[in-house]
Amino acid sequence: MIKFLFKGILKDNSRSLLPIIVVALGVALTVLLHGWITGALGDSIEMNASFNSGHVKVMSRAYAKDFGQMPNDLALLDADTLVNKLKSDYPDLDWVRRIRFGGLIDFPDEKGETRAQGPVVGWAIDLFIPGSTEIGRFKLQGAILDGKLPSKPGEALITSDFANKFSVKPGDAFTLFGTTMDGGMAFRNFTVAGTVRFGSSAVDRGAIIADITDVRKALGMEGATGEILGYFKSGVYNDMKATALMNDFNQKYEADKDEYAPQMIRLRDQGGMAEYLDIANAMGAIMVFVFVMAMSIVLWNAGLLGGLRRYSEFGIRLALGEEKKHIYRTLLYEGLLIGTIGSVVGTLVGLSASYYLQVVGLDMGDMMQRSTLMMPTVVRTRITPAAFYIGFIPGVFSMVLGNALAGIAIYKRNTAQLFKELEV
Amino acid sequence: MRNFEIIKIENLAKRFHMGEGDFTALRDINLTFSKGEFTGLVGPSGSGKTTLLNIIGSLDNPTEGKAIVLGNSVSELTHKQSAVLRNFHIGFIFQTYNLLPVYTVFDNVEFALLLQKHSATERQKMVMEALDWVGLADKANSKPAQLSGGECQRVSIARAMVKRPEIVLADEPSANLDATNSHHIIQTMKKLNRELNTTFIFATHDEKVMQYLDRIIHLKDGMVEKDEIMPELKTKSHVSL
Repeated sequence: MIKFLFKGILKDNSRSLLPIIVVALGVALTVLLHGWITGALGDSIEMNASFNSGHVKVMSRAYAKDFGQMPNDLALLDADTLVNKLKSDYPDLDWVRRIRFGGLIDFPDEKGETRAQGPVVGWAIDLFIPGSTEIGRFKLQGAILDGKLPSKPGEALITSDFANKFSVKPGDAFTLFGTTMDGGMAFRNFTVAGTVRFGSSAVDRGAIIADITDVRKALGMEGATGEILGYFKSGVYNDMKATALMNDFNQKYEADKDEYAPQMIRLRDQGGMAEYLDIANAMGAIMVFVFVMAMSIVLWNAGLLGGLRRYSEFGIRLALGEEKKHIYRTLLYEGLLIGTIGSVVGTLVGLSASYYLQVVGLDMGDMMQRSTLMMPTVVRTRITPAAFYIGFIPGVFSMVLGNALAGIAIYKRNTAQLFKELEV
Repeated sequence: MRNFEIIKIENLAKRFHMGEGDFTALRDINLTFSKGEFTGLVGPSGSGKTTLLNIIGSLDNPTEGKAIVLGNSVSELTHKQSAVLRNFHIGFIFQTYNLLPVYTVFDNVEFALLLQKHSATERQKMVMEALDWVGLADKANSKPAQLSGGECQRVSIARAMVKRPEIVLADEPSANLDATNSHHIIQTMKKLNRELNTTFIFATHDEKVMQYLDRIIHLKDGMVEKDEIMPELKTKSHVSL
């Protein structure tokens, strides 16, 4: 019987080829879309974590109330001691100091007069301490377009769009104007060590990266830091662990009523990242649900059409003495077989397309020129273990479900009408 | 060989619900069929021929009375038992052949055996034998679309006969065929009836079929109007099986 059914599937294109194409297409799209969303959201979350949020972030309570404004006048004092304590208490994370600041930079001409001036956002990170993980985290080596990494105090990196706009090249000097921690005016001269491009319009538009020691001096923040960021050493944000860590840390300072006492927040508490994380987490389930519903309806219809086409076949099989439940079961087996073939084909196609887009990416820079979202301009898919089964299971399930729904008609066949029906 | 009773119908009636009332398709039917009969149910449309075939084939149940087929009271059979009865003991031949178009002639005939769990070797032998009976052994690998109407109906006869059923029920088997093919088909079935002692019951109003029958049951308005045993057959033929 299995051989008989298999022969039928092979020989009857409308029973096999069309459903296989439908399932394969659906599965391929699911795999590709899953890879796309995982890649886009994942890259965006990673970039945000690397540049801004960390996996957890420690600030003073006063700073935390308005951390989006980077209020460095409310920064953590004696930050190095706190960093050491964090390293000791929570060794599973890599703890780094950061100062984020805003300011104006001024490029002089050969006479020392202002040639160009523009607003910037800045990142003060540990560039020179031995074993710093920040260079890797910012992917600075790969981001350099011209020049080199800063190798001595007083050197800084500026982003490429900014450099192009002001015709700045490595070796040029500029002055950073800002506000000190105490509210005074701050200015310090830097030399451009290199230009960098991170692939995110929000950053590339105008940013400088300098060593934290230099920035501390510029902004009068010796010993202080705006933020201390913690990164899980696995490199992957874990919401449960972050929550546990945050609760544990904040509990230690619960009794301390000082507004400069440290406070920890998670990645999800920052800049709309909660929605990102929730979407990223829910996307698999949403896509599987939508896929199963849509495919089941399509395959149900295909099954109904097939059922109409095979009306005589089922009638003959009933007349010859095959039980209704046996016919129904064979339909389910057919669904299982076709669903499996379609899902394998679809998964392979989807993975191939995902792999291509993972390697090549899709440059959406033109669409994101004015974007303030911190996300890469080249969006890439990301193949995760879930990609290998996310389309497969619903592909098989929807085909079987489609056949199961369509096959209900078999139970409605009245054997007493077979002679009449089969004479049409 | 052809004397013991294999079908007995007693006081059978069949009514269908039609709107608020009932339509009586069959009433007061009392008939017996013996092993090896070649019998026709003859009558105009609506006389109850197909309904009676349905009941004998355990595709439907009587409203009243009994239909005992091969010792089984049709109305007392479960769906599964009815399916088993049809599977092992009853063959069906339809007016429109109803061959499965994507399968070969061999596959179409073999299908009847698949439900009986014969081995592949046995099936091969039985199918080729059945195709040989109807003279289509050389067309085993053809598709139905490649066959003429007469050949298709011969395939459907082979499909009905391959499991060597005691009873074959044929509903207007010659209705779609020209005169030559009709004669050929009926002669083939007559040969099989003689050689295998299979009981054939036809629903027909085709004169060409009637001349081969050895019993004609005339139905009118759901009742047996006349049950006549025919004299010597007009056509005699023989096949080697």
